[in-house]
Amino acid sequence: MTATLYGLTGAALVGIGLYGLIVRRHALRRLLAFNLLGSGVFLLFGAVAERAGPGGDPVPHAMIITGIVVALAATALGVALVLHLARETGRAEPDPPEG
Amino acid sequence: MPPVAAPEAGFPWIVLAILLPLAGMVAALPLGRHARALALLLIPAGLVVALLLAAQVWREGEVTYALGGWTPPLGIALRADGFSAVMVVTTAVVLLGVALFAQSSFRAPPGEETRAALLFWALLLGLWGALNAAFLGNDLFNLYVALELLTLAAVPMASLEARAETLAAALRYLFFALAGSVLYLLGAVLLYGAYGTLDITLLAERAGPEPVTWAAAALMTAGLLAKTALFPLHLWLPPAHAGAPAAASAVLSALVVKASFFLVLRLWFDALPGVMTAAAGQLLAALGAGAILFGSVLALHQVRMKLLVAYSTVAQLGYLFLMVPLAGGGGAAQPWDAGAWSGGVLHAVSHAFAKAAMFLAAGLFLRAAGHDRIAELRGMGAALPMVTLAFGLAGLSLLGLPPSGGFIAKWLLLTTAMASGQWWWALVMFAGGLLAAGYVFRALTPLLARTETPVLPGRPVPRHQQWAVLGLALCSVALGVAPLMPFALLQVGRPEAAEEGIG
Repeated sequence: MTATLYGLTGAALVGIGLYGLIVRRHALRRLLAFNLLGSGVFLLFGAVAERAGPGGDPVPHAMIITGIVVALAATALGVALVLHLARETGRAEPDPPEG
Repeated sequence: MPPVAAPEAGFPWIVLAILLPLAGMVAALPLGRHARALALLLIPAGLVVALLLAAQVWREGEVTYALGGWTPPLGIALRADGFSAVMVVTTAVVLLGVALFAQSSFRAPPGEETRAALLFWALLLGLWGALNAAFLGNDLFNLYVALELLTLAAVPMASLEARAETLAAALRYLFFALAGSVLYLLGAVLLYGAYGTLDITLLAERAGPEPVTWAAAALMTAGLLAKTALFPLHLWLPPAHAGAPAAASAVLSALVVKASFFLVLRLWFDALPGVMTAAAGQLLAALGAGAILFGSVLALHQVRMKLLVAYSTVAQLGYLFLMVPLAGGGGAAQPWDAGAWSGGVLHAVSHAFAKAAMFLAAGLFLRAAGHDRIAELRGMGAALPMVTLAFGLAGLSLLGLPPSGGFIAKWLLLTTAMASGQWWWALVMFAGGLLAAGYVFRALTPLLARTETPVLPGRPVPRHQQWAVLGLALCSVALGVAPLMPFALLQVGRPEAAEEGIG
């Protein structure tokens, strides 16, 4: 039961994150959307681990931790680029609106 | 499960191929201005390791190594077949050429430490380690980490010159790459949930054609395509590759996009051969055809040389995906088995050499003239004959004219398309060849134009840089003269689906 709940929540987060990543223009919002998307995937992975029975399957746990570290590094790089871009142009959007 | 080490295993060059560059990257950071010396020492050493690994694969067949002695599914395995060995050697050779080129442009003045010089060499080593990890991994999660490491090294590489437009291009590249890898990870989660393993060899035994596998394969393929910049997900590539310094563009365009292409093939042919359908293969090739036509036409329209070369990458990446539906066809028409497979891989390798040479050449024209507007480079050919020759030779390979690696690759793909009755892909290849002739000659014509007064380079171009460019271009041509050796190596551990086709 909890595994199903985790799984559904994870799927919802993936959907919200994907939507934000595609639709939003502001780079920080996109970075946040990427993190939501990532959290959704990790939650799904947790649900997969939970299904293995009491105590869960430890392998997905290890992968989630690795995944979080990778997502953190990528977010840090993204924020650094956004800050640099904002300093150069005064905007935090890689694709300025047309015209 | 007790740790088991294979007693008959030879020296683990496969581990050294990943460890050497990554250890080098870590050591480069505290070394500061000596990072360049370290990289110039490690890259030739890495080429030797790559050649020894290839020799091992050649002699003993497929090499597998269980990390820490723990076998899958609990442990993580590394695996080198002929395809990975060829890619690892190609990477090392291209990096050697790029390092020889860059050793003077990314050099800190005596007694000082500059940000660009330190970052370039550390990133180059990190990128190399990530590439080798992607070519040698046999675990889908491990490959995810390699892909992310590649992104984290490639994006700063694209924005080494921190101008507004390169920062925007790098940020766009980062978003495409992050979305791609998270989709890939989502697919991997679904596969783990369904089959309890992410080891490619075990997955091939367990995975069957069912909805969860199709969903996972679609997610992972879409993610990898975003990273490979296959049409219509190519938008990030031209500004990111054209805005980087020449040495960085060469590595990004020649090697980085090939890693995610390599993983598409690993996924389709090695991990899930029984799952993919012929229709899916046709769809992938249709995207490739779109890339060839669209990328070539856009390349024809470019005013700046670096952008022209970048759009030509978009087009040439398309050819790689034609091999997916062609694999398995036309056996009798060719002297080798699995002609389309070999042709596709050979195209990846010869394009790597040719594109590295072209970007470096474009960088030298930019340096000599102070700009890279094609029309205003008139007469540069007389000022830089060696670089122009290299650009021409690399163009020869892109066009698929004999004798060049590109010729053999395209000939194999073409004959397979004809022999297997898929003539529509042959038409696309002919059209792509014509368009490529258009954009290569468009860049060459002003260079070779005769001018009243001889053109002098605004800034002197060092000899060793010219030799590096010519060397890479010659490698791409040499593949057409002596293709037999890489061919035989390629057949080691070739997936069955490469011979019999998918679906």
